Amino acid sequence: MGTIVNELQGIPLNHYILLSSIIFSIGVIGVLTRRNVIIIMMSVELMLNSVNLLLAAFSAYHGDASGQVFVFFIMALAAAEVAVGLAIIVMVYRNTKSIDINALNKLKW
Amino acid sequence: MTGLIWIVLLPLIGFVVNGLGRNVWSKTVVSLVGCGTVLASFLLSCNVFSMVYAARKVGEQASFSHTVFEWISAGSLHVNLSFLVDPLSAVMLLIITGIGFLIHLYSTAYMKHDKGFAKFFAYLNLFIFFMLLLVLGSNYVVMFIGWEGVGLCSYLLIGFWYHRIDYAAAAKKAFVMNRIGDLGFLLAIFLLFYNFGSLEFSAVLPKAATMVQGDTTLLLISLLLFVAATGKSAQIPLFTWLPDAMAGPTPVSALIHAATMVTAGIYLIARSNILFTLSPVTMEVVAIIGLATALLAAFIAVTQNDIKKVLAYSTVSQLGYMFLGLGVGAFTGAFFHVITHAFFKALLFLGAGSVIHAMSNEQDMRAMGGLKKKLPVTFLTMFIGTVAIAGIPPLAGFFSKDEILAHAFIQSKALWIGGFIGALFTAFYMFRMLFLTFYGKFRGTFEQEKHVHESPMAMTVPLMILAILSVIGGGLNLPEALGGSTALAQFLAPVFADSVALSEGFHLAHTTEFLLMGVSALAAIVMAIYAYVLYVRKAIVPGADHEKRKGLAQLSYHKFYIDEWYHAMITKPLNNLSTFCFKILDKKVIDGLVNYIGNGATRAGNVIRLLQQGNIGFYIFCMVIGIIALLAYGLYIV
Repeated sequence: MGTIVNELQGIPLNHYILLSSIIFSIGVIGVLTRRNVIIIMMSVELMLNSVNLLLAAFSAYHGDASGQVFVFFIMALAAAEVAVGLAIIVMVYRNTKSIDINALNKLKW
Repeated sequence: MTGLIWIVLLPLIGFVVNGLGRNVWSKTVVSLVGCGTVLASFLLSCNVFSMVYAARKVGEQASFSHTVFEWISAGSLHVNLSFLVDPLSAVMLLIITGIGFLIHLYSTAYMKHDKGFAKFFAYLNLFIFFMLLLVLGSNYVVMFIGWEGVGLCSYLLIGFWYHRIDYAAAAKKAFVMNRIGDLGFLLAIFLLFYNFGSLEFSAVLPKAATMVQGDTTLLLISLLLFVAATGKSAQIPLFTWLPDAMAGPTPVSALIHAATMVTAGIYLIARSNILFTLSPVTMEVVAIIGLATALLAAFIAVTQNDIKKVLAYSTVSQLGYMFLGLGVGAFTGAFFHVITHAFFKALLFLGAGSVIHAMSNEQDMRAMGGLKKKLPVTFLTMFIGTVAIAGIPPLAGFFSKDEILAHAFIQSKALWIGGFIGALFTAFYMFRMLFLTFYGKFRGTFEQEKHVHESPMAMTVPLMILAILSVIGGGLNLPEALGGSTALAQFLAPVFADSVALSEGFHLAHTTEFLLMGVSALAAIVMAIYAYVLYVRKAIVPGADHEKRKGLAQLSYHKFYIDEWYHAMITKPLNNLSTFCFKILDKKVIDGLVNYIGNGATRAGNVIRLLQQGNIGFYIFCMVIGIIALLAYGLYIV
């Protein structure tokens, strides 16, 4: 454990923050710009994992394990989310024969 | 004094029994319960009265009180349900239960064919109960309960035949008019408690007696009490309900609207006499209003054609005399008139009821006439009643009216002249009624003529008893000038002692008194003869309703248009105000505001929902922008 922490601490914290921010932004942009529902799901995963990375980094730097506990929770949650999300996508595909997000435009006035 | 509670309770029991069993008991049972409870109450009252009388005989105050239970005890306010028996309430007890019993007896025959028979008796018993509470209460609160209760019974009985819209309206009118007066009573009670810290007669009245004459508080209290009295006792300006109250069955008119309830106002003032004696301004107001009412009502009575309306206006007029008596300080005289009036007016109303009964519910005197032979008992008793009320000696009305007029004469000649003119009118309209009804030729339909019959014993016996009382009633308080001993005045002395001590006393030379008596008696006889000439010799029959009358007659016939005045000046503006409140304030302003808020939300929703285009990408974009905005807010602004 000690060696991993040391290795992690070898890279400055700023770099982790920057990397996480970049990955998160990619996720956000992916969600906003793509029309394929599966890609959107993947983008959401990207955002979640960028946060995981940041949490792990902070945990290592502060020597506090609770950050990593959070990461496990988020991973469990992400797994559940994907299961539900994919089920919805399957249903959407069955109904509309498409996984284009704009096919779901019935939700309006 | 244990019997005291039963005097009050028995009629209440009668009410409960008859009221609950109104569909169960036969008419015989109902009559027995209705009359029996009141008769028992009367016998107990006689017992109480004899006790008071015996105590007065040996010169005691004769004032007994009996607390049934402590009712309200909050802070400094202590009100007990307690009774007070003194000469004043003892006499009232006898009148209420005695005449009440006679009228109950009369009703058993009069109401025989009515399907609300048991209900009628239940109401009558309830009335007797409340009236007894009113006169027996030893404080203003218990009196007020009785006061409200008799008002309620009056309403119920005026509207007894409520399926007739105009009868129901008359009941409502009586109730509303009474409420106006009741407000005065309530305010007076508040003021009394505020100033004296108690509402018991035994605490308030002696304390008031020590105050200076013309005290502003006393003035206010006495004026408010007088307002209450004008409502209940039908004085200007609240008198218009009483003539309309004739919509009720005739025994009700006799009991409530002639003999007992309407004299409650006089009882109230007589009971609180010291408050009035100490407020000379109120006394003047009472005297003037009383006289004005007496004259106005007498003047209206002259042209009325409905036999009960004549009697109703006559009652208003006689009540005016009583107030005149109170106003000039003749408390005994006024109370004497209450007693004699109860005798002869109950008699006249019951007689009128007997006539109406015989005429198959015809009340218009123009359709009567010549009933003298057909209804001998009714005629004879009504003749006695008429002579008594007209003030012809030696019948009851003469003495009581004369005592009031003599006191008025001392106070002011103008009051006496007014009262004298009123007495002339009284004699005239009463004999007019008598002659139109019983003399001349029969003017009704053939059907009615065939049907005319003398009333049964249950109706004629009360008439006879009341006739005897009307004849001898004057003996209760024979004036000294005629060698009497003013027995009633002696008996009531403790009640009015404080007031009498304050006034200058009654000093009138016997010759002057004889002269006054002679003039009024002579005038009454002259008016009777005048009426005889007009309605028997010349056999004048009043014209039809729509006929145009001359000047004053038109005014009198249409009751001075007072109802129309009230309608135009009070009812209509009030209606308009209500309509305004309903149509503008409620419908437009309040409903408008509420609806505007509701509609505003709908309209705003109509606009804002356009944001929901169904484009999920757009939703997510909004969400991201929102999150960024929230974060920015959290980071930089707070």
